[in-house]
Amino acid sequence: MAALSRAEAGERDPAPAVTVDLHEVGVRALNAELHAPTARSYEVLHPAGAHSIAAGVHDEIDVRVRGHAGYFCAGMNQRAHVVVDGSVGNGVAENMMSGSVRVRGDASQSAGATGRGGLLVIEGRASMRCGISMKGSDIVVGGDIGAMGAFMAQAGRLVVCGDAGDGLGDSIYEARLYVRGRTGTLGADCVEKEMRDEHRAELAELLAAAGLDHRPEEFRRYGSARTLYHFTGDHGSYG
Amino acid sequence: MKDPAERGLRESATFDRATIAAIQHAARTGVYDIRGWGAKRAVPHFDDLLVLGASMSRYPLEGYRERCDTDVVLGDRHATRPLHLDIPVTIAGMSFGALSAQAKEALGRGASEVGTSTTTGDGGMTDEERGESKTLVYQLLPSRYGMNPDHLRAADAIEVVLGQGAKPGGGGMLLGQKISDRVADMRTLPPGIDQRSACRHPDWTGPDDLAIKIGELREITDWEKPVYVKVGATRTYYDVKLAVAAGADVVVVDGMQGGTAATQEVFIEHVGIPILAAIPQAAQALRELGVHRKVQLVVSGGIRTGADVAKALALGADAVAIGTAALIALGDNDPRFAAEYEAIGSAAGYYDDFQDGRDPAGITTQDPELAARLDPVEAGHRLANYLRVLTMETQTLARACGKAHVQHLEPEDLVALTVESAAMARVPLAGTSWIPGS
Repeated sequence: MAALSRAEAGERDPAPAVTVDLHEVGVRALNAELHAPTARSYEVLHPAGAHSIAAGVHDEIDVRVRGHAGYFCAGMNQRAHVVVDGSVGNGVAENMMSGSVRVRGDASQSAGATGRGGLLVIEGRASMRCGISMKGSDIVVGGDIGAMGAFMAQAGRLVVCGDAGDGLGDSIYEARLYVRGRTGTLGADCVEKEMRDEHRAELAELLAAAGLDHRPEEFRRYGSARTLYHFTGDHGSYG
Repeated sequence: MKDPAERGLRESATFDRATIAAIQHAARTGVYDIRGWGAKRAVPHFDDLLVLGASMSRYPLEGYRERCDTDVVLGDRHATRPLHLDIPVTIAGMSFGALSAQAKEALGRGASEVGTSTTTGDGGMTDEERGESKTLVYQLLPSRYGMNPDHLRAADAIEVVLGQGAKPGGGGMLLGQKISDRVADMRTLPPGIDQRSACRHPDWTGPDDLAIKIGELREITDWEKPVYVKVGATRTYYDVKLAVAAGADVVVVDGMQGGTAATQEVFIEHVGIPILAAIPQAAQALRELGVHRKVQLVVSGGIRTGADVAKALALGADAVAIGTAALIALGDNDPRFAAEYEAIGSAAGYYDDFQDGRDPAGITTQDPELAARLDPVEAGHRLANYLRVLTMETQTLARACGKAHVQHLEPEDLVALTVESAAMARVPLAGTSWIPGS
């Protein structure tokens, strides 16, 4: 790939990093390289809000995006470790299977949607539907999240270090939600639950993994009341 | 006892026996009826159309020997690996969970035997299905149950499902008795719960977002796979235009007669439009965009015979998909289980309780003993036989119209028997040149 130029990475990364300048090549060329990587470490310059940057990566490589990314950055990530030095559009790390994604800025809607594994860290704030339908992944948000967070969330953990908007955990299944700040209205079947030692322990691990030093005691836990698990004539919300 | 009608008793057309039974059931239980199958009400359908064979002004092809091709290419607009199917009849998406693993395997076997595709469903891709399906379409549904990028890459095409004909605007259901440990594990749900699938996609809203989503799917699969967009038949003209604008290679339109494993009765019977009314809208949208036969149109919902296939193609479809008919070919509603259907309150020919998992034929169940009744090899052969018959019947009608390829059938080959079907299908009432509304 002619437009790729090799550059030495910092001292902590002895592997030579490949630099891909999206002023020079398109996202297709970038992703083709990342899907069959010839290096262990990549730096992406001038992302300029392009969509699907580093989507579908399935090798254990490092990808550093120097700027803002559009929709579906690191979508369906497997094994890779992606860092975005900027903000991201809708659906960052959607359906992530493993690996990690870290956003230094803010995230738009549906961050970490349907994720099945791995860790998504958003150092700033996340918009609506953060963690929607999550299926086993972990999400840590440094700031606030918008409305409808963890909608129909099935499994995994969502940690919100700021406030959570209205409708948190609507129709939630077995995901566990930890919120440090205030919550708006809780969604259907979402209730506050007791914080036990095992919850404080797993929260401490998640905060440590995200590089945040909040104390677990500052958080409250939310989850499913499990009253919607079976169809009955008693709740009119079914339909 | 004599039949009530023979005794001079009169049944109400408004409150017929099924309606009375439904009211009694609601009063007794306090819950609405959830069932499988599709719309049971009579709606304008392909039976209301007739094919005009050749005569003085048209030259027919000899019925058995002369060449009449049936192959179809799906998804060559953007994908580098479009599908090449031998016949224009595909198998619609049906989930593992709704169906047994044996039934899914049988669908794959039957489809592969005659060179066509089968489709996953709202439960992810099973090894049995992938292993026995030469050509497998992988659905991306709102629930994203089991969604796995490895499966995206292992699939032959991707179908983004916005809705289905049985319940446009509604998400899936799978009741607790069918949430076995394996189904629960694939869907990341607690075993035994009454599961409700999302009705909206979680990470995009609206056609502009869909274009970006399709772009992501293409990136993940390196632009190899055709991307379908499936909609339930409602505002079909607009939906097809928006799907094309979003980048679909193939648009799938499912009419209200299309089946479901579990949906509210009120939804099945009252939402959506018949496939007969949807196909002309879809074809018009494609023609206006200059992409008819370039973005392929697959239609489904009540396809039963080669006549249905031929009429669907003549109205503008490139291929059809079958679901309910495929299950019947596997063995659904088989009279040899008559006593068992009776025992669970149904009857052979009427069984639609796909939601409750007690299917005597072993198709719509997760009960290991019932599921074991279905031999995937034998059932697959039956499906292959049925698909061959559908194809030969389609060829028979195409040859009679002088067509050397089934896709050469056109609206001009059809007339309508009723004013309603003439208006919906946009073909003239038989014996006239009148197309209502045109």
